[in-house]
Order: sequence, then C-alpha cells, then structure tokens
Amino acid sequence: MSQTGQALAEGVGTPTPPVRSSTLVTRAFRLWRTRIGALFVLILVVVAIVGPYVAPHTASEFVAIPNSPPGGDAGVLGTDYLGQDVLSRFLYGGRGILVMAAVSTAIGLVLGVAIGLVAAYTRNALDDVLMRAMDVIMAFPQIMLALVAVSLVGAQTWVIIVAIAVTTAPRVARVARGAAQPVVERDFVAATESMGLSRVRILTGELLPNILGPMMVEASLRLTYSIGVIAALAFLGLSPDPNGANWGTMIQQNQIALATQPWGALTPIIAIALLTMGTGLFGDGIARTAAGIDRERGDE
Amino acid sequence: MPAAVSVRNLQIETTSGVPVVMDVSFQIAPGEVLGVVGESGSGKTTVGLALLGHARRGLRIAGGEVLVGDQDILMLDVEHLRRLRGSTVSYVPQDPASSLNPALRIGIQLREVLQAHAGGRGRDHDERIAETMREVALSDDPTYLRRYPHELSGGQQQRVGLAMAFANRPRLIVLDEPTTGLDVTTQATVLSTVRELAAAHNVAALYVSHDLAVVAALARRVAVMYAGRVVEFGFAEELFESSAHPYTQRLVGAIPRLTGGRSLLGIPGHAPSPGRRPPGCAFAPRCTMHIPECDAQIPPLSPVGPEHSARCIRAVEVMPQTQARAGDPVDVAPAAGSAVLTLENVVARYGKVEVLHSINLQLEHHECLAVVGESGSGKTTTARSIAGLHRDWTGSIRLGDKELETSARSRSTESRRQIQYIFQNPYGSLNPRKTVGETVGQPLAVFGIAKGREADHRVGLMLEQVSLSAAYARRYPDQLSGGERQRVAIARALISSPSILVCDEVTSALDVSVQAAIVELLGQLQRDLGLSMVFVTHNLPLVRSIAQKVVVLSEGSIVEYGETAQVLADPQQPYTQQLIAHTPSLETATAEARVGEQRRPVIER
Repeated sequence: MSQTGQALAEGVGTPTPPVRSSTLVTRAFRLWRTRIGALFVLILVVVAIVGPYVAPHTASEFVAIPNSPPGGDAGVLGTDYLGQDVLSRFLYGGRGILVMAAVSTAIGLVLGVAIGLVAAYTRNALDDVLMRAMDVIMAFPQIMLALVAVSLVGAQTWVIIVAIAVTTAPRVARVARGAAQPVVERDFVAATESMGLSRVRILTGELLPNILGPMMVEASLRLTYSIGVIAALAFLGLSPDPNGANWGTMIQQNQIALATQPWGALTPIIAIALLTMGTGLFGDGIARTAAGIDRERGDE
Repeated sequence: MPAAVSVRNLQIETTSGVPVVMDVSFQIAPGEVLGVVGESGSGKTTVGLALLGHARRGLRIAGGEVLVGDQDILMLDVEHLRRLRGSTVSYVPQDPASSLNPALRIGIQLREVLQAHAGGRGRDHDERIAETMREVALSDDPTYLRRYPHELSGGQQQRVGLAMAFANRPRLIVLDEPTTGLDVTTQATVLSTVRELAAAHNVAALYVSHDLAVVAALARRVAVMYAGRVVEFGFAEELFESSAHPYTQRLVGAIPRLTGGRSLLGIPGHAPSPGRRPPGCAFAPRCTMHIPECDAQIPPLSPVGPEHSARCIRAVEVMPQTQARAGDPVDVAPAAGSAVLTLENVVARYGKVEVLHSINLQLEHHECLAVVGESGSGKTTTARSIAGLHRDWTGSIRLGDKELETSARSRSTESRRQIQYIFQNPYGSLNPRKTVGETVGQPLAVFGIAKGREADHRVGLMLEQVSLSAAYARRYPDQLSGGERQRVAIARALISSPSILVCDEVTSALDVSVQAAIVELLGQLQRDLGLSMVFVTHNLPLVRSIAQKVVVLSEGSIVEYGETAQVLADPQQPYTQQLIAHTPSLETATAEARVGEQRRPVIER
C-alpha cells in the first residue's frame, strides 16, 4: 500500500499560513470612513462622559443676561434663554442621550436578533407568527409609538428606553432573519443537527457568528435612529427632566434666539449631527469590509 | 484549412504583476473542439475567458495575441469587444442555473442575444429562435419558449445556454465546464450536442474541464495545464496511452476504471499558487521522477511525437510507463455477515410527493454499500433518512436490532454517535467562522467524549489520520482547498468513532485528482477502522475500488442490487447499462478517443 500512502499525503508538507490575525473590525479600520466615524463618536462620547467634570458652571446656574452672545461673563458659547452657560449645558447634556440611546438600542438588538434567528431557524408557523407581529409594530413610525408610550405612562427614563427598544427590535429582527436564512440552509447547520446539538447552541454558536457582519452594520444604524428619536422627544419637551441639560431640550428652548444667539441651539445640533454621522460612517465602513471579505473568500 | 483561432504567447498576470498564465499558445481549426484540462487553479478558466478578451477582477492580460480570423481580440476597445462577444465569440458558463436570468422567459433571453447583434425587434427572429432550439434538441413550441428557467431541468437549462451561445453562429465558442453538476446521462447528451453543433457549423470550440475523461469524450486534441502553463499537448488517445508528462500520467491514473479493480491514485501535494511557483518545473515537488536538473529551469514545450509535445526533460522515459503505473489491485474484503443497518419498507416524502418507494437494504458489518443513481433517484434522500436529517419517512430503519426514530433530534445520543454523515459540498458543510480544530472537536463535546487538552490531542491525531497535520487545527475553512475541507469533514465524522459512515456524493464537488485521493482515504479508513459505510454517488466506476455491494436507484426504487464486480461487469437492467455507458471512465474515454480519431477533421498548417 505504499502508493496509497503517498496518494493520501495531499496537503502534508505545505506550510501552514499564519492564523487569521485580523477580525472584521480591525480590517474595517483600514478604511478612512471607519476611522473618521469612530473619531466623531469617540469625541462625543468623551464629551458626554468627561463634560460634567470640566464644565465651568453647573447646568442651571445663572451666569449672564439671557441670550448674550459669546464673550465676557457669558462664556465662550454665550448664554441661553434663561441666562445659563451654553457650554456647560452642552457638556452636561450629552450623557443622558447617549446612555439612553446605547441601552435602548442594545436591548432592541438582543431582542431583534433573538426573534430573527428563531424565525429563520424554525421555518414554520412560528416564523410567520413572529414576523407578522413584527410587521404590526413596524406599521407605526418609531417616534409615534414612543410618543404614545410617553404620553400614557409619563416621560420617565425607563419608558423611553423600553419604547425605543421595542420599536427597534422588529427592524433588527427583519435584518437578522434575512441574513440568517441562507446560513440555515447550509450543511454545517445540518451537521450539528445530526449530532443533536441543542437549538439554543445552534442559534448562538453556529448561526450568530455568521451574521455578525450585517448585525454590526444594523447596530450602528439603529443607534443613529435611537439618538434621533431621543433628541426629538426631548425637543418636544418629553425628557425625564424637562429643565435638565439635554441636547434635544436645548435645541427646542433656544431656537427662538437663532438669529441673535445661534450657539444655544447650534451647539447641540452640531453634536447630534456629528454623532449620527459618526455611527453611520462606522457602520458603512464595516459593511464595506464585510462585503470585501466575502468577495475575497468567494463565499456562495 | 487555416486555423479559426490562434493564440500566441498569452500572458496573464495579477494587477500587482504576479504571473498567473504564461506562454500559452495553441490553434483551433474550424469545427474542432480543443480540450483544456487542469486542476482548480491551473489557469484553465483564465485562458478561456482571455479568448473573449476578458480578465477577471484582479487580473490583466499582459501580453500575447488571440487571433480570431485575422482580428486580434486583445487589441480591441470596449465597444468593439462588446460587439464581438456573443456574435463572433461566445461563452457557455459552468452553472446554467445562475447564468440564465430567472425573471425572464427563455424565449425572451434567446431573442435578446439575437437582437443585441443583428438588431430587429418584436417577432423578427422567431424562425431563427425555433431553429436554434431544434439544434440543441429542445422543443421549438412557442409555449415551451414561454417557460422560465426554473421550469427546466439542469440539462435543459444548459441546452438553452448552448442555444444562446450558438444563436449568432459564432466562429469561436468557449465552454467552461458546462456539464459540471449534470447527471451522467444528461452530460453525455450535452457533450454530443456540443460536438455535433461545432462540427455542423464549423465553429471552433475550447472546452475547459478538470476531468480528462470528459474532455476525451469530445475533443480530439487536448492541452493539459498545470500552474499556468501548458505542460502537455497532444491527441487525447496519446495522452491516455503514452503521456509524456508525469502530471498527465497521474491525471490518467486518477480516472475511475470499470475493470481491473485497481485502486485510484490521487496526486500528492498541491498545485503551487501564483507567486509561489518554483523556479524550475512547477510539478517537480510532486513528481516521483524528480531529478536535480528539473529545478534548474522551466522545461521548454518540446515535441515528443507528431503533434505531441510536453514540458518535461524526462519525457522519453515517462512515455513507455503510463499503463504500468495504475494503482495496486484492491482486495475488497468480504463482509462479515451480520447486519448493522437494516432498511425495511422505507417510504419517504417531500411534502405530498413520494420520493422513495419501499426501499429495502441491508448494510453488513465492515461492508461498504454504494448507492448509485441520477439526481432525483432518491439516493440522497435515502442517505439523509438514515442519518435522520430527512424526517418525513415511514417504514423501519434499524441500527443493529434497535429501531431508529425518524429525526436525528429524537434519536438517542448513542445512535446519533454511531451514524455519522459526510456532506456533498465541503464548501457548505464547515462553519466559516470556526477553526478546523473547533469543527473537528465539536462532536467530542456534544457526545461528551473528551474535553480540554484531551480533546485537542484527539483532534490532532484525527487530523493526522486524514492526512492533514495537527497544525491545521488553527486554520479557518477559507484557508483550505476543497480536498482539504473534505478531509476536515471526514475527520469530524470519524472523531466520535462511529460504526456507520454515510457519505453523500462526497467527491462530486472536487477535481478528479482530489476525488481519487479522497476515495482512497475513505477506503483505507473503512478497512483500518472496521467501519460500515453507505457511499452515495452518481459515478458508478468510482465505486469499483471501494464498495462490496451496489444498489442502483431510479426514481425512488431499487432497480439493481448486488456485488459490485458483478453489477459493473454484467449489469442486468437497461438503466444500469445506460448509467455505466454514459459515465466517463478510463475505458469509455479511451474508446471515445479512438473513435474520435476517425471522426474529427484534421488541422492543416
């Protein structure tokens, strides 16, 4: 059997290529859009976290005549409609929005991915029931459902978080189901089924890693929308603390003075714009990288 | 007769300048089919596409000329190329299912091809469309033309692809493995259609394939490609009987044969990837006749006979030994005579359609049972029912004397461990996000056999047993070739020490040379580990060296069941006879090549 032994040696003696060192995210950082996006997000997160410690005044301290332009007692960004320091209110006002957006998006993602994976994997009546339920929620604009919840229960932090999480989940579920459907059909899933691996382990261990790329893109997109909705609610006066510093509230309160003291409204507007652009660019960078990796690999 | 197509010194490289295809020159006469054979990565498809003036993303045509008539295709601009493609030169891709537009009726797609080049609108081309359809032996009935691609079988889809390629009466047609994925009978008819059409309309054809036996069925002259170069060029029958390059010799050795009961021989090692090719002969590292002079420089393509040339400095020594180098005779051990798996009255359904009608089978201890049939014969459903992957069946499947539940999930852990399944496509059966080590080690954890260091150790041993090295445990599937992936799948199946291995078409996605190596590996593991095996395939000659018994399935019923040697030598049923006659094996290919000698026109220079 010497010849057979030799015939079996295919693949032996070839050098082992280095283990893949770069993950999706590290590869995505080779793109400028990802770097710029991450930089924007980083700057605003730092502002939101460190801001309250470095602010020259407290958020509700009277410093100068209302709506004074920058300079002198009014500080670098001037004062707002109540004579409070705009810079200080801006530094205080990010934390609430960011924490609420991050928490609500995270809950929505977990819920949505779970529902999407179950729906994609079962392929039976449960799939239909779940997805039609999602369709019902999606029939209403996100902001409208949030408004209904807040006006029914009150503008408490948890209400806003739950309202955004619940409205985020169906959108995530759609994407997760769509991404998981072709994966479910592949033979490695059948291979684990024939071993008798539990359903939960198949969903988390086999399917989830294969949809991480699109889910990261979706996460950044959903975060962008959540920030928008929370800011919009605050703009409408629906925030846990209507008098507290909050970027959304700031826009609403200072819009009257746009012509004379634009910084009161413009500062939070720029902050929200940069934040949403940052998460958007970051997600786009990941999406492009994932598509590039798939092309390189020649995945079916 | 002047050549219809002549390729001189074709050079293709990556955009970063790594040579991919070098020094390819050949001529094709009108009406001739030239075969190009090589393993994946040999550059054969790249050459085929270059004849249309196309280079795939990341590649560029760096030099040489492709003359169709007296026009150099490589000198044309985009607009001229567009006009040329589909009219003067045309292309038939590998997968008909993805090359036809699923949203358009086939009549409309045919009309598009004609309108793109001949102009006209509305019903102008009806007659021509009907004529083309008749040429490829499809119905020219208008209602047939109103069908969508999904309403056709794979063979019919490929015929539509051929009709589109031949519609504008091209001078050159490039066929890129158009029969991969088709049944053997369908393949045989598609091949003969190509041959007849090319001869009837004086079309020069280039047929690209990894399977020398398939190519020999329709090409008189064959170019064998290895690592981007033509290593041998000659008449098909000469390549079989007196190949002058050791690589061709090994390719011939890998073709399944109907008689003689010899083992198949794979080719050890890998084809080098572009940029890693050795300075001398690219095949030298895998060659058994390697001498130091081989590494000195790339051997020239030198003539060894009339219209026969090879890139080997020892060609003269290679030529006389082709027949002598077939594999060892196989002693397929007789089965021990106790049934480990019994199928009684198994009836399986997909929805309301009954796809298996009362299957009765017995797999004995240490026995390998081949299940053979065309697609739709129910062979995969049988295999999946055994493994519990297909749930909708009735009847009885017994493991030893234990009755099995229909689905794998409701079976006991022990019976799940006992029956292991290997999938057809190694590109789909491994989780791309898991390392080889995680994939192979998974059954150990699921069946509670071992964990931690002990598991890692077992994974390493198992990988060595399937002729990979333990270092492969750290790789991801996309870093492996098709053959290596299938070895990983085999390792995953065997690590839990099953008693029954179900192999579903495990070689159909692989090159012929890799197929030989995989079949040999499975045969040896089966003998060494005392496994019982169900080996599902559409390739009858392939089971010769591995299976003791054969079951031939047709349309969900068993048509023939018996000892392998007997079934192959003396098939009783017309269906089996047809299956054997249409499957390319060394015997049929050699016979075809000899017939072809008298049939084909001769090129004059």
